[in-house]
Amino acid sequence: MKMLNKNQNWQAYQKEIADDHYYFARSCIRQNVFPAAEDVFLKIIGKELGKDIFDDVRQTTCTGIAYHSGVLPFETTMTVVAHQFALMKEAGYENFVCSCVTSFGIYSEVLESWKFFPDTLKNTREALKRATGKTFEIPSNLVHASDIIFKFRKEIASKAKYRLVNALTGEPLNVVDHIGCHYAKIFPEKGIGGAEYPYVLAGLIDEWGGAQVDYPERRHCCGFGFRQYLLKSNRGYSVANSKKKFESMQAYKPDLIIANCPGCTFFLDRWQYTIAEMEGKTYGNNGFGIPVLTYEELSGLLLGYDPWDMGLQVHQVTVEPILDKLGIHYDPEAKYKGLKNADLGKPIMPENLRCI
Amino acid sequence: MATLVERLKADFRLVEGLKACINCGTCTAICPAAAVSDYDPRIVVDTVQQFNEGTLMELLKSDTIWKCGECLSCKTRCPRENVPGYIIQALRSLSIDTGLFIESEQGQRQLAIKRTVGDHILKYGYCVYVDEVNTDMYPEQGPIWDWMQKNRKEILERLGTSYGKEQSGSLRNIPEESMQNLQKIFDETGATERFEKIEHYSRVNAEKLGVDMDATNDCDYFKKMYEE
Repeated sequence: MKMLNKNQNWQAYQKEIADDHYYFARSCIRQNVFPAAEDVFLKIIGKELGKDIFDDVRQTTCTGIAYHSGVLPFETTMTVVAHQFALMKEAGYENFVCSCVTSFGIYSEVLESWKFFPDTLKNTREALKRATGKTFEIPSNLVHASDIIFKFRKEIASKAKYRLVNALTGEPLNVVDHIGCHYAKIFPEKGIGGAEYPYVLAGLIDEWGGAQVDYPERRHCCGFGFRQYLLKSNRGYSVANSKKKFESMQAYKPDLIIANCPGCTFFLDRWQYTIAEMEGKTYGNNGFGIPVLTYEELSGLLLGYDPWDMGLQVHQVTVEPILDKLGIHYDPEAKYKGLKNADLGKPIMPENLRCI
Repeated sequence: MATLVERLKADFRLVEGLKACINCGTCTAICPAAAVSDYDPRIVVDTVQQFNEGTLMELLKSDTIWKCGECLSCKTRCPRENVPGYIIQALRSLSIDTGLFIESEQGQRQLAIKRTVGDHILKYGYCVYVDEVNTDMYPEQGPIWDWMQKNRKEILERLGTSYGKEQSGSLRNIPEESMQNLQKIFDETGATERFEKIEHYSRVNAEKLGVDMDATNDCDYFKKMYEE
């Protein structure tokens, strides 16, 4: 039997990604922790690619975090999802785009439940009607926001001012991709490349000139664990799983981590700070951490957007090492300024994790 | 009145998640919770598929069902297409609905989740919201969060968000109609009843433990459930 190169195996999994006219569903965590990231995505899709994407003021949480933490019945989550679909219908769209991997898993789970347990669809329609008077249609196309970046990765590359190469040496940068469990582990056929060889971010790395880091714990969970992170008493679960990944990837000297899920991005950023302060251990060079970016932030950087306009100053792990490697010019003095250069002071620097 | 087994079997997440477990242990091998604790999804599934009323009750009263992280890595790997993570969802639902969750230390902690993520949904329309997150509760947020939260009005304005505004965009105020719809959906589909149940059993437990509990997150019972 001819063995395929593992980077080609993803081709077994293809998915339909609509070409235009998207209804955008925002993420609770992404808005709070990376508050400018989604607007970078909207700018790329709308202004760079000329696509129509609708950002509805009326949308809400999908409730996924509460559901997976065990405080909400699935019937509630299904009906809130139906409410989101009703808003999409009223806005005149049929292609639903989630900015959150937990949400993508939730929407996918709800659609599968409705398909295989038709009574749940009937009951949800009735519950939504009784509660809100609304009706809904099932989307023609459901994707995660990174799927659209993947679909248009070549177009983005053609407009990019930078590539994922070391500006001094010309060598590809070593990039870790982290997909997030609920992108493809629940329904492998719904993720580009499936669960075994997910390609949604690896494809960006390949197209944009970087080198994928294939390390032993590549597919391991970041450790969110929903209620395990949300309770202070249980949080050791979360940091222990992220640490397992950092220890595994460190030998491959990653220049950058990119993540699909806003929760994963947060944990891979913040647990590096925590581990440094608790144990004195850092995973980047010279006391820095390994910078962690979302897929939109990376896309924006390569397109030449200002890192401080995209909110990279609110990452705990300092991003300057990757900006320098990419050869990106930035104003260090502007990092912690407000509008019109207003002085907002500076954050306290951690004791062990080197930050700027 | 239906037995616990009958009630569990009526949950379609159980129907979806349990075919026939062959006890191979693949789920345990891949499980992040098993990697960091004594949690063992193989044993949970094997216990459930016996459908024994007494054993099921013990499971519903135990810490075990609260140790899963719902990553659902088990769904990808099971050779028989069982989903231990879905079975856990059904067990947790039944544990709360029957009040048995209050019998375990981990189950009791559901109050803290209800009062953070659960209540935030009905207060803001988001599972988490910047105004409610601080480094006392979430120290791993780090000093960058302290700086961001202290200056959030200016920083979120500089980043072009809609924080505090009635318009589309990041961190916007969600319109009243959508907030009312969330509340009505919660009332209609059992979430409000579940929230009341968690509060009720928690009050009973607080009295039993002799710990002060009120409606705020400053009370000793909330702190005990969140931190200890």
